[in-house]
Amino acid sequence: MLPHYWPTLVTGDPLIYGADASIGLVSIAIVFVLTYYKKWGWLWREWLTTVDHKKIGILYLIAALLMLFRGGVDALLMRTQLSRPNLHFLAADHYDQIFTTHGTIMILFVAMPLIFAMFNIVVPLQIGARDVAYPYLNAISFWMFFFGALLLNISFVIGGSPDAGWVSYAPLTENQFDHGPGENFYIMALQITGIGSMATGINFIITILRMRAPGMTLMRMPLFTWSALAASIVVIYAFPALTVALGLLLIDRVAGAHFFSMDHGGNPMMYANLFWIWGHPEVYIVILPAFGVLNEVFPAFSGKRIFGYSTMVASFMAITILSFLLWAHHFFTMGAGPGVNAFFALASMAIGIPTGVKVFNWMFTMYRGRVRMPMPMRWAVGFIPNFVVGGATGVMLATAPGDYQYHNSYFLIAHFHQVLIGGTIYGMFAGMYFWWPKMFGFLLEERIGRLAFWLWNVGFYVTFFPQYLLGLMGMTRRIYTYPAGMGWSSLNLLSTVGAVIMGLGFLFIVWNILYSVMHRSELRDVTGDPWNARSLEWSLPSPAPHYNFAVIPTITRRDEWWEIKKYGRTEDYRPQPGEIQDIHMPNNSGRPFLFSVAFFVVGLGFVFEWYAVVILGFAGVLAIMLHRSQEVDDGHQIPADEIRHEEIALGRL
Amino acid sequence: MAVTKEDAWGVQARSQTTGSTHDENELRVAGFWVFLATDMILFACLFATYIVLRGNTDGGPGPRQLFDVTGFTEETFILLTSSFTCGLATHVMHEGRRRALVLWLSVTALLGLLFVGLEVSEFVRDVSVSATISRSGFLSGFFTLVGTHGCHVSLGILWMGSILFQVMRQGITPAIARKLTIVGLYWHFLDVVWVFLFTVVYLMGVM
Amino acid sequence: MNGNAQFLVLNPAGPVARIELHLIVVSIILVLIIVIPVMLLLAYITRRYRDHPDNTAPYMPEWSESKLLEIIWWGIPVAIVGILGVYTVYDTFALVRPPMKSASPLTVQVTSLNWKWLFQYPDQGIATVNEVDIPANRPVQFVITANSPMNGFWVPQLGGQEYAMPGMAMRLWLEADKPGIFYGHGGNFTGRGYAKMAFHVVSRPQRDFDRWVKLVKQSSPALTQSGYQQLVNAQSNTPTLLFSSYPAGSFERTIRHQGGMYMQRDLSIINADR
Repeated sequence: MLPHYWPTLVTGDPLIYGADASIGLVSIAIVFVLTYYKKWGWLWREWLTTVDHKKIGILYLIAALLMLFRGGVDALLMRTQLSRPNLHFLAADHYDQIFTTHGTIMILFVAMPLIFAMFNIVVPLQIGARDVAYPYLNAISFWMFFFGALLLNISFVIGGSPDAGWVSYAPLTENQFDHGPGENFYIMALQITGIGSMATGINFIITILRMRAPGMTLMRMPLFTWSALAASIVVIYAFPALTVALGLLLIDRVAGAHFFSMDHGGNPMMYANLFWIWGHPEVYIVILPAFGVLNEVFPAFSGKRIFGYSTMVASFMAITILSFLLWAHHFFTMGAGPGVNAFFALASMAIGIPTGVKVFNWMFTMYRGRVRMPMPMRWAVGFIPNFVVGGATGVMLATAPGDYQYHNSYFLIAHFHQVLIGGTIYGMFAGMYFWWPKMFGFLLEERIGRLAFWLWNVGFYVTFFPQYLLGLMGMTRRIYTYPAGMGWSSLNLLSTVGAVIMGLGFLFIVWNILYSVMHRSELRDVTGDPWNARSLEWSLPSPAPHYNFAVIPTITRRDEWWEIKKYGRTEDYRPQPGEIQDIHMPNNSGRPFLFSVAFFVVGLGFVFEWYAVVILGFAGVLAIMLHRSQEVDDGHQIPADEIRHEEIALGRL
Repeated sequence: MAVTKEDAWGVQARSQTTGSTHDENELRVAGFWVFLATDMILFACLFATYIVLRGNTDGGPGPRQLFDVTGFTEETFILLTSSFTCGLATHVMHEGRRRALVLWLSVTALLGLLFVGLEVSEFVRDVSVSATISRSGFLSGFFTLVGTHGCHVSLGILWMGSILFQVMRQGITPAIARKLTIVGLYWHFLDVVWVFLFTVVYLMGVM
Repeated sequence: MNGNAQFLVLNPAGPVARIELHLIVVSIILVLIIVIPVMLLLAYITRRYRDHPDNTAPYMPEWSESKLLEIIWWGIPVAIVGILGVYTVYDTFALVRPPMKSASPLTVQVTSLNWKWLFQYPDQGIATVNEVDIPANRPVQFVITANSPMNGFWVPQLGGQEYAMPGMAMRLWLEADKPGIFYGHGGNFTGRGYAKMAFHVVSRPQRDFDRWVKLVKQSSPALTQSGYQQLVNAQSNTPTLLFSSYPAGSFERTIRHQGGMYMQRDLSIINADR
């Protein structure tokens, strides 16, 4: 029963023992607090079984911030190791594990849940819906993501982390070279979370296409919702390729097949193709919603319509399509031949065009407006120089012969951090500050927020600009140490200093949140529209009642709520007592949670190749599906009276 | 100006909008179509993989040695027939004929079972001549592509069994009609995938 | 070395790296045409249109369309990408040809191993590890493969990277136009010992190169079949090694065995050399 690598399950590294001990202590502390305050029932009823999109959004956000902490610690460990030449802070094996989990966590378990958090919190409110199309499936998506993330994170404690990079290229990941459970953890964690992502993509496509309030035509839709639609389309077309790439790699590893192996007729390059057919669209999946957030933030804080709405929509769609035609630019250097390289180089440069157009439109949204600079706008304005430089270096990387010199060097590292942090993370932070009052009913405090922003922003440039130069000096990625005398030492030290400053910035964001929670009564948003913003979610109280809209509004134009305010009709826009009817809402359910636990068991089974456990897990999955299928009605009516009472309590009737 | 305002935000437009704006059953069928799109891409990736690897036999058995024309023709015939009976099931469901529905659904599931049985016996035969998944790139691609389709069919059989059980207990309700529509879509989709499998893997393999 | 010389990519020592640097410079200039105005404009707009009571700048909350402006900022990126595209396509095709037609090329077969680089000289019959000696001012055809996870072959001062793929024969033309010692490193992660997969390219005048070959043939040990297997299996880094001979056909066998037999293109490359 025990796998052949059993002795490696608990490694002798003191860092790991320390982590094991602290994880154990924290877990005990959490259990104790929940038991002491008798919160288990509350946790189960309000959060673990919820199907409310607003709560699921909050769960995504919390999980993403926790994972950002883990990924950030990984980053700091790496930067410490690289701060001086020939350091022995981390050994090669350990460094390899850390850069692998850093990349995997940041993309799959930070960027993805951040965008899904925003989708969940914002989209139904923006389009005038009471929930997403499939609330039950939405809960499954979250818990699949959550247990996928958990599976990857426990690899650190038992069995050893994956160590072949976040791309996990075969044949390095084949049994021949890497036979621990680490890679299996990577594969199963991504498979499980991938199922959740795919379901989210389907959910939001249908939500946006079918659940809009009457009168909200596609061209009246807020642009964040447009970005969610575009990203969801990319999700459903891209993720199956990842499922296949990882599935085949798993079959290679556990069944000894030869898809990507070096011998017996395998083809390693096919893995690179399948991986990047998902992997390149993936970066557009996480950047499109950031564009969407900016499309809401710039008009709101400029007191002005978005400039060039139709252009924005067109560029979203252009990016959606082009994102599938770029994947081979990740391996210009794999000998595909000049014709293929030229095609992918041109396509990669071309996607810069619709992206660049967006930047101009944002700036001309501010032009002849009245620009206010609270926290959301600060992150949004900080996004622009970042993303413009990141985009410019992206165009430089797209020139295939130029890429021969940048490929896998620190120039590339600097580039993609610039677009992923400067793009996705800045955009998502803008969104977090912007919609925070809508989630929780109070604003995040400004003073600490500003400090956090500046620490982060300065730290960012100090970290990554030296890395462009290091790339031009010939430093390649994924090396755990380097010799003195290459001239790399001082720039690496500078980069490490920047990383520490960014880490401080993160701590200040956490402090900003904790401080605001403690002072929430002073920071309370009583208007429901603290920013004087434009779209429908701001017509609701903060936080929105669980049924969102007592009466579904009818939409007559873009920026509906702004127009209502402009004409002084906000009073009329509130629900009238006579209009309120019973509302049908979905029931909470514990099944999504248990379903994902069962998948987690399947994952563990595959990781250690314990097939009895795999079968047990699948039996659980099947049992829960059958149980669900026997359910006749999964919703309940909220009587009109109850809604009237609630609206009166909210001061809206 | 005041007049336009009244027109734009008139009460008349609002009054029609209370209550649910969508039909739950129709919504789920729409979502299933999107799911089928993702499944189609999954199969497309597997087909691409198979096509890349199909010549890589590593000196082991190739398609010509392994594929049995009678065997895969039978499988094809059975699966196509099951698609037809599945269509009949949907048809009698619309007419509200519960017993006919139970009959045709059972026939469909049984044909599916027969198909899976034949496929399993084909796999067993291959393995008995040492043509295993770990023998060569070609066989890895073959077993995975055909096996994934087989797993889909097996899941469909379980699914039909569950619906059969519900039909017998509850009769033909709108929710069950929706479930039948969806499982029907799934079944026809698998049939279409099989047509490609039959062509790309088996026919082009023995030709 | 002075500070500037450490920017290896910006200090080419051969025509290939020079073409690549030229393209890099062109691309930098072209993207700056966008980057600089955007930065200035951003600073200007956020300052000029700040929301404070005595700001006299025009405020037009409904103004959101301008055909002319939008044509301008669709047009500029299209033009820039168009120009850069022409350069890129031209260079992409140029780099698959030998950099100089007059001199006859030297062929070096490169194999990435865990975790060292093996270089074989089919015409000279010698082999080296972690150091590759080439004549200056003569095009060198590197034929690259891997008997290990995939790697990248990168000599920043001579020119860009090409992957070392198991079962494939990848061709990379390079040329040094002066004598010197140039840093090279693996470009794609291959496991624990990857960080120390540095190698050096030693470029010398043709006459010195010939003398060096003769010296290696006379004074270095032979790489036997079992020695080759040891190199492949060792899973360790290695210092620089020189061999007076190597097992004939080992390079081609490696490629064939690892899947090259299924790839027409790679078969033709290795057969053309022989």
